Amino acid sequence: MSTPAEESAEIETLEEIKKHSHPLIAIVILFGGMTALLFAIGLSISLGAADIKLATVWTAVFNFNPEITSHQIIRDIRMPRVLGAAMVGSCFAVAGALMQGMTRNPLADSGLLGLNAGASFMLALCFAFFPGLPYMYLIMFSFLGAGLGVLIVYGVGSLSRGGLTPIRLVLAGAAVSALLGALSEGIALYFQIGQDLAFWYAGGVSGTKWINLQIMAPWIIVAMIGAVILSRSITLLSLGEEVAIGLGQKTKTIKLFGMIIVLVLAGTAVSVVGAVGFVGLIVPHLTRFLIGHDYRWIIPCSIVLGGLLVVLADLAARMINPPYETPIGALIALIGVPFFLYLARKGGKEL
Amino acid sequence: MTVLTIDHVAVGYANSLIVEDLSVSIPKGKITTIIGPNGCGKSTLLKAISRVLKTQSGAVYLDGRAIHQLQTKEVAKRMAILPQSANAPGGLTVFELVSYGRFPHQGGFGTLKKEDYEHINWAIFVTGLNEFKDRSVEALSGGQRQRVWIAMALAQGTEILILDEPTTYLDLAHQLEVLILLQRLNEEEGRTIVMVLHDLNHASRFSHNMISMKNGTLIKEGSPEEVMTCLNLQSVFNIDARMTTCPFSKNPICLSYQLNQKNE
Repeated sequence: MSTPAEESAEIETLEEIKKHSHPLIAIVILFGGMTALLFAIGLSISLGAADIKLATVWTAVFNFNPEITSHQIIRDIRMPRVLGAAMVGSCFAVAGALMQGMTRNPLADSGLLGLNAGASFMLALCFAFFPGLPYMYLIMFSFLGAGLGVLIVYGVGSLSRGGLTPIRLVLAGAAVSALLGALSEGIALYFQIGQDLAFWYAGGVSGTKWINLQIMAPWIIVAMIGAVILSRSITLLSLGEEVAIGLGQKTKTIKLFGMIIVLVLAGTAVSVVGAVGFVGLIVPHLTRFLIGHDYRWIIPCSIVLGGLLVVLADLAARMINPPYETPIGALIALIGVPFFLYLARKGGKEL
Repeated sequence: MTVLTIDHVAVGYANSLIVEDLSVSIPKGKITTIIGPNGCGKSTLLKAISRVLKTQSGAVYLDGRAIHQLQTKEVAKRMAILPQSANAPGGLTVFELVSYGRFPHQGGFGTLKKEDYEHINWAIFVTGLNEFKDRSVEALSGGQRQRVWIAMALAQGTEILILDEPTTYLDLAHQLEVLILLQRLNEEEGRTIVMVLHDLNHASRFSHNMISMKNGTLIKEGSPEEVMTCLNLQSVFNIDARMTTCPFSKNPICLSYQLNQKNE
């Protein structure tokens, strides 16, 4: 037998081969998505109860004048809101992508697997027992809640015979989410904190303040960097655990870090917007459809496209029936539910 | 010479021990095939060797060093594993999937170097997948898919190959192609091959060394002549086998068989 080098030289030259790896489309999506995101953010800031021109948005950002009312509206109300929306979208999307890659479960999403319900339950507890808890601590309880939610779901799911199939996990997730949702509502009624919680259930970014963003940002940035570092290992895990072990991956370590990142991302997002589902389902699947299966590209593209989806959803939420706001969670579910049904119809086949 | 030593290994799943106290050596540069009835612990033993399952007692040694104490990436440079039910995520192309075989040789962010491309293309070439290179793995037939996974294990460029039923899903001709490829890798490059096969005649024809197992214990180990005997097949599979000689390899093969009349 000839050496690998000799044989492959007969087949194709290196230059020809390199064509086979084409991250080009991923780069196009990434930069196209970023442009679209920036444009959507600008649009979202300019549209609203008080109409503001796009040009004014520009000057408000780069040439702020506190004397001008529209500048103040932009700075104090609309900018934190739209940035919050973008961050939340990225968080849910990346959390979903990580979960799908690690578990090979196409239906994995922080909403469907109980993380969101767990986090909002914990927030309800915080409102009830520690009213006025600073956001800095709320966000940590939110992480805890997300962890609690996913633990219960996996616990319930693995009780069933035949182990954890994607569909079973989602069923367990639905059941646990319903239970935690009911408990949160019970707490809300008993402690009369329904008003405070209302916007969490409905899901909205309207209350986002600069201070929230400041507290969220470090968590999100660290988690996102972590996700990008893990991305190659996630691709390997998505080939199956045995294959990954055979290739010399420390699968337990990767899964542990991956799960921590997911909890931070989902917990942060819920602490801002409430239990909005389906973003983590729609965005990674769309990304995978567009650019293929390499998580080194899926994760960055999910960051961008996730942000874009929620910014647009938030914009739509304000535009549909002004001056009232349509709950953003309901809007996303409008796309998400048919999408979920489509995926479930495919039998929840392993990724 | 021994490359892998399985020393008093007990291994299984959470609440059931499948293999209890099994010791056997895998000779270097030979083809070793494990045979045995369904559920006898063949795959479990392979999983212990490939460190997918942790041994509950005893240990597996690679060149005299306990495998769970070695860096997993170092082990992966020496030993490639083809699991039984490998299943590719949708949308991956043949080239992409095979390229993951280079993981243990890559650092950091995993860009493919010239040497990696050579291994990948060679693996695709010898498994006869050249024309499918850019196809999605999903779109291939079961047999072609199996060859893609074998190509990935080959791309890993290891001296030891561990394969759990590499011929499942393949038709007669493709089964033989895979086995002949493994034989070639063994003869020309001296690679050690350990596999599980269900086809006893293939096992006999292509192996230097056979291990027969039943109920998690080793029944007989040795050359095909020693293992492929009426008596041994009777005790392992509970069958009454009529033996003859393979016209190609001159090793004993089972011409036909019936279930053993005696009730156990």
